[in-house]
Amino acid sequence: MKSLAELQAIRDKAKANINLRKENPNAARVYVGMATCGIAAGARPVLNAFIEEIAKRGLQEDITVTQTGCIGICQYEPVVEVEIPGEEKVTYVKMTPERVARVVNDHLVNRNVVTEFTIGAYT
Amino acid sequence: MYRSNVLVCGGTGCTSSNSLKIVEVLKEEIKKNGLEKEVNVTTTGCFGLCALGPIMVVYPEGSFYSMVQVADIPEIVEEHLLKGRIVTRLLYQETVEDDTIKSLNKTAFYAKQKRVALRNCGVIDPEKIDDYIAMDGYAALGKVLTEMKPEDVIQTILDSGLRGRGGAGFPTGLKWKFAAANDADQKYVCCNADEGDPGAFMDRSVLEGDPHAVLEAMAIAGYAIGASKGYIYVRAEYPIAVKRLKIAIDQAHEYGLLGEDIFGTGFDFDIQLRLGAGAFVCGEETSLMTSIEGKRGEPRPRPPFPAVKGLYRKPTILNNVETYANIAQIILNGADWFASMGTEKSKGTKVFALGGKIEHTGLVEVPMGTTLREIVEEIGGGIPGGKKFKAAQTGGPSGGCIPAEHLDIPIDYDNLLEIGSMMGSGGLIVMDETTCMVDIAKFFLEFTVDESCGKCTPCRIGTKRLLEMLDKITKGQGTLEMIDEMEDLCHYIKANSLCGLGQTAPNPVLSTLRYFRDEYVSHVVDKKCPAGVCKDLLEFSIDKDKCVGCGLCARNCPVNAITVTDYIAPNKKKPAYEIDHSKCIKCGACIDNCRPGAVYKG
Repeated sequence: MKSLAELQAIRDKAKANINLRKENPNAARVYVGMATCGIAAGARPVLNAFIEEIAKRGLQEDITVTQTGCIGICQYEPVVEVEIPGEEKVTYVKMTPERVARVVNDHLVNRNVVTEFTIGAYT
Repeated sequence: MYRSNVLVCGGTGCTSSNSLKIVEVLKEEIKKNGLEKEVNVTTTGCFGLCALGPIMVVYPEGSFYSMVQVADIPEIVEEHLLKGRIVTRLLYQETVEDDTIKSLNKTAFYAKQKRVALRNCGVIDPEKIDDYIAMDGYAALGKVLTEMKPEDVIQTILDSGLRGRGGAGFPTGLKWKFAAANDADQKYVCCNADEGDPGAFMDRSVLEGDPHAVLEAMAIAGYAIGASKGYIYVRAEYPIAVKRLKIAIDQAHEYGLLGEDIFGTGFDFDIQLRLGAGAFVCGEETSLMTSIEGKRGEPRPRPPFPAVKGLYRKPTILNNVETYANIAQIILNGADWFASMGTEKSKGTKVFALGGKIEHTGLVEVPMGTTLREIVEEIGGGIPGGKKFKAAQTGGPSGGCIPAEHLDIPIDYDNLLEIGSMMGSGGLIVMDETTCMVDIAKFFLEFTVDESCGKCTPCRIGTKRLLEMLDKITKGQGTLEMIDEMEDLCHYIKANSLCGLGQTAPNPVLSTLRYFRDEYVSHVVDKKCPAGVCKDLLEFSIDKDKCVGCGLCARNCPVNAITVTDYIAPNKKKPAYEIDHSKCIKCGACIDNCRPGAVYKG
């Protein structure tokens, strides 16, 4: 170790994983429905796409991605719920890994709900 | 990128209840379910709730699984990690409230804690230096070497008000200042990890959970006083701590955070381990340094103090593990931040190892000034079985007991001394009404008699005579004069012993005499042990009117001292039993097996 910059570089790299081990009550939460129906409909790649997209943007401290059980609307799986503190919960349905980047960018970062993916657009 | 982190406690407590096997099975199951790229398994240091081990926490949900068994693992992996359904049944039940799961930080055990020295325990993998660096590790060393002068470092530590966590509470900054003021070609930084008090495991937990914090602080101390060499004196009975320290030292070398020219500043610092063979006296500073030199661990008179002539007769500082665990945080957050916690003369937090008659046996860290009542009743969850609190013992064989009347005293160095106990290194043993205080004093004295190194007479012979008197009292052979004689001898030993071991050895006797003299008197005058512990003063008997004649006591009696009589109590069908006191060995098997509660002792 010959400089502080070197230490900083190691720190930044290692930090992403450690941040998962903290509870941040103010973080936005992304719940991915991972019951049998969700998994069968392809929830796992969706979950991983969220993890990657959020890591790519360095937002791990502000957004927590977590899985949840059956949300109860199996025909619309994969279902993802997004909850930003102080705002109403939004339910996205028939999610795909391709749609994830838009939800992260438009909704989680810029606070514009992607209406066309929400359950309202399908019922 | 992992989406989930599973932390499994790898401290000594959980390891002894098989947590390493759990990690192994967990990894297998995760692989079986194809989740190895999504879920990361980490072995961490102590979470503190040792009574509920093995402990496992799953993030990002923050689910706290307690008393995890190997057989539970497939269910946790399949349900929670694969399908996202938390296995509520296996959670620590205090986190489950009306079907919702509350944060661990809101449970009674954690809510009042403030983790500074333990901040990384249960969070990072102690065997990975990257984990430590991610938690701002070695940033304090970087700051000190590149931005601060040695005198600034010492001033910061002085301003923080940090006092030695080994027990005596000497201001750490002052120790450093004295050592820095002495010119020498070589100085040393030592770490006292020879934690010897029965029931204490604070330092072990820090070393097991966050070894780099100690290494970093020692390097900072080295810079402050102008030393290039450090020694950690750790008990050989702490194999996990030793292993992780070795790994940590190797990793720090690899990254150039120990060794030569650290951060390109020209500062050299290296650390070596020394294993202690478990002699209690080697926790005393002069003995410890004598032992590092390879000689028999015996104390020597002070002065000269170590800051003048210590290890190899060179200026040396010796601090305790927990003291070091605070240093980097003080440098990073500032002296004012540290001084904002605690009481007027005792700043910061203190780690306690809770043990004895308490629900949540484990490791807690609270701000100085927290009351004993908060620690025992709220954090510790109270005393099991609805029994009454009698006293808490702090400071191990050098300390004393705190009776119920002082439960609300804010705990800090000075308050504890005032009531005849001491902070000590942080062992806190809770005792209930079934504990005999004379017996407790005898227990600690037996320990010091065993551990006295024998170099000075007051300690070697004095403690032995004291123990003999205590032994007589517990056997009903004591006299009231003997109690006064004991008290005189205690003061003599304290005043004349060479080192801390002897000077504090009578404390358990003095403090029990101070608060529980009536118990001593009962042993001597009435020949009774009020708590029913001292066997020679006990007699087991059967209340024949309560006895239902089931005969369980007689069948369990190992010496056939219980026989059936011809007395049948009114409303009972079978004849009652009785105990032959000439045969009875007072093992208590009868009382443990009597369902109607007819056996009594007194």
